[in-house]
Amino acid sequence: MSQDSKAMVKEAEAPAGYETVHAKSPVFYDIYERKAELKNQTHYCPGCGHGVAHKLIAEAIEDLGLQNRTIFVSPVGCSVFAYYYFDVGNVQAAHGRAPACATAIKRTCPEKIVISYQGDGDLAAIGTAEIVHAANRGEKIAVFFVNNAIYGMTGGQMAPTTLVGQKSTTSPWGRRPVNEGYPLHMAELLSTLEAPAYVERVALCDNKNIMKARRAIRRALENQRDGVGFSFVEILSPCPTIWGKEPVDARRWVLEKLVPAFPLNVFRDRKLDTSPSTMPPQRTVTDVLEISAKDESAQRVAVQHPHHFREYTIKVAGFGGQGVLLLGQLLTEMGMREGLEVSWLPSYGPEMRSGSAHCHVCLSKERIGSPLISHPDVLIAMNEISLRKFASQVVPGGVILYNRERLPADFALPQARVICIPASEIADKLGSTKVTNIVLMGALLEETECLLPDTAMSVLETKIKKLDLLEIDRQALAAGRNFIDSHVRVGAVSQPDGFAY
Amino acid sequence: MATPARGKVAVNIDECKGCGLCVESCPPRCLELAPELSAYGVHPAHYTGESCTGCGICFYCCPEPGAITVYRLVPALKVVARQGDSHAATL
Repeated sequence: MSQDSKAMVKEAEAPAGYETVHAKSPVFYDIYERKAELKNQTHYCPGCGHGVAHKLIAEAIEDLGLQNRTIFVSPVGCSVFAYYYFDVGNVQAAHGRAPACATAIKRTCPEKIVISYQGDGDLAAIGTAEIVHAANRGEKIAVFFVNNAIYGMTGGQMAPTTLVGQKSTTSPWGRRPVNEGYPLHMAELLSTLEAPAYVERVALCDNKNIMKARRAIRRALENQRDGVGFSFVEILSPCPTIWGKEPVDARRWVLEKLVPAFPLNVFRDRKLDTSPSTMPPQRTVTDVLEISAKDESAQRVAVQHPHHFREYTIKVAGFGGQGVLLLGQLLTEMGMREGLEVSWLPSYGPEMRSGSAHCHVCLSKERIGSPLISHPDVLIAMNEISLRKFASQVVPGGVILYNRERLPADFALPQARVICIPASEIADKLGSTKVTNIVLMGALLEETECLLPDTAMSVLETKIKKLDLLEIDRQALAAGRNFIDSHVRVGAVSQPDGFAY
Repeated sequence: MATPARGKVAVNIDECKGCGLCVESCPPRCLELAPELSAYGVHPAHYTGESCTGCGICFYCCPEPGAITVYRLVPALKVVARQGDSHAATL
C-alpha cells in the first residue's frame, strides 16, 4: 500500500468536520509479526521511553521523506526488536557494535540514511570503543542513545550511567563512586572530540522536553540527509518497570533525578568542511586484485582445467621468512583464477622472521565450510620441525613434500607418500634462497596436478614487480617440476631414505 | 448546541497499555483512564468527549505507535476552500 492511499484511508476515518493531524506513522508496520497475541502492541512496558523515541524517529523519517533510504541498526537490549516495528531497512548488530555496523553500511551505501539506536548498557558499556571511534572518525551517521541509567532487559543491573547512590541488582546499597566509579557522561565525552558535528542531550520527562527531543531527532536526520557528519542525540528516558515506579512517576523521576545529573544541552552544533574530494577513489575488487578484463588467459584457463577433486586441502609449514604464507596466498590466488572457491588461513607468531608459521589452503568446487584443515591432502614441510609436527595429520594416500634430500633417520613414515626435494639447494643454485617456496610449488603442481603451471606464472607476473626476480621464479617453478619428472615419475615411488629408485 | 470542540482524540484499545502518560500530559485534561478493563487487562485511556484542542501532546507522550489518533476541526474557511476545489474539479 502506498503512503498516499494509507493517508487517504486515515483521512476517511476522521469524524465529520475533522481532519487527522496525528496518527500512526507509515514508517511503522501495520501489524507486528513477532507474536500473534501482540501484533498490535510493541513489546515495551507501559510508559517506556523507547516507544516515544521510536515514535519521534518514525515521524522524522516520514516527514523528511527518508523511509525508502533508511537503514536502522538495532542494538542488543530492550530495543533489540526494533526491526519488528520500523518498516525500513533493518540490521541487528551484536552487543555494542551498532556504530561499527552503521559505519560499514554508511560507507558502502553513502546515499542511505543510517541510524544506530542504542541503550546505555549497549553504547556506554560493552560498546564504548565502537561509539568513541565512530564519533572520532566523524562517520556520517545518526546515533540515538537512549539512556535510562540501568540495564533494563537483563533485569536491572548497574549500568555505567547509573546515578551515584542509585540502587540496582548489582549495586544493592546504591552506587558508590569509591567502588563503582561515577556515571559516564557520553554526550560530554564525545563532544570533546574534533569530528562530531552535532551532540545534544534531551529528556523524555515532560511535554516541553519531549518536543525538544522531537526537534533534536529531526535535526540529526536532517544533518545526515545533508551529509553534515556524525550526529549524536542522548535521550534520557524512563524505565518504569526496573525503577519500580508508575509510568507517570518514572517520567517525573527523569526530570527530578536524571536531568540534574545529566544536564540537557546542545554540546556541539557545527558543520565541518568535509569536501568529497578528500575521499579516496573507489576501487572495485577486480581493480585491487589487478585482474583486468583483457587478461583472458586467466579466464580461458578456468574453463579448460578439469579439476580432479571436489575439494583439495594443502598445508604449508615452515619457519617464518621461508615464504610459507606467501606460497599459500599464491595457491589461493591461482585457485581463484581457475574459478574455484578458495580459503587461506594463516597461523603464525608475532615474529616477522623465524618462529614457526603455517597456513591452510583449501581449493574447492563448492562453498567452503571452514578454512581450518585438520587432515590435509598435501603437506609442504619446509623444515624438519614442521615435518615431525604435521606429517601424521596428512590423509592416507596423501602427499608430503619435504624440503630436504632425505628424511630424518628416526622418522616414522606415515601413511602418506613422502617426496624429498632439496628445494633450498635448488633455489640457492638459481641464485636466491627466497624462491625455495616456488620450487616446492613447481613440485606440487607437477606431482598433484591440482592447479595449472600457467596460472602460477600469470599470478607471479602480477605479484612480482622486479623482472630479474620474476625470471628466477620462472626457473624455480620449472626446476621444481623437472625434479618430480626426473626423480619420481621415472623411478616410481620415493623411498624412506628420500631417494627415488 | 455549543460549538464543537476544536479537537478529538481516538484511542485504540488494542494498542493502549494504560500507562496514563497521556492523561497526565493532556493540557485541557480531557483524557481519563476508562473504568472497564480492556482485553489485555488494563484500563485504557479514553477521551471524555469535551474540550480537546487537538494540540497533539498526548500523541507525542504516548509510547505506542498507533494508540492515539488526534483530529482537528477543519476551519470553516478551509471547508469553503475545499468545496470550491471540488466544484472546480467537477467543471
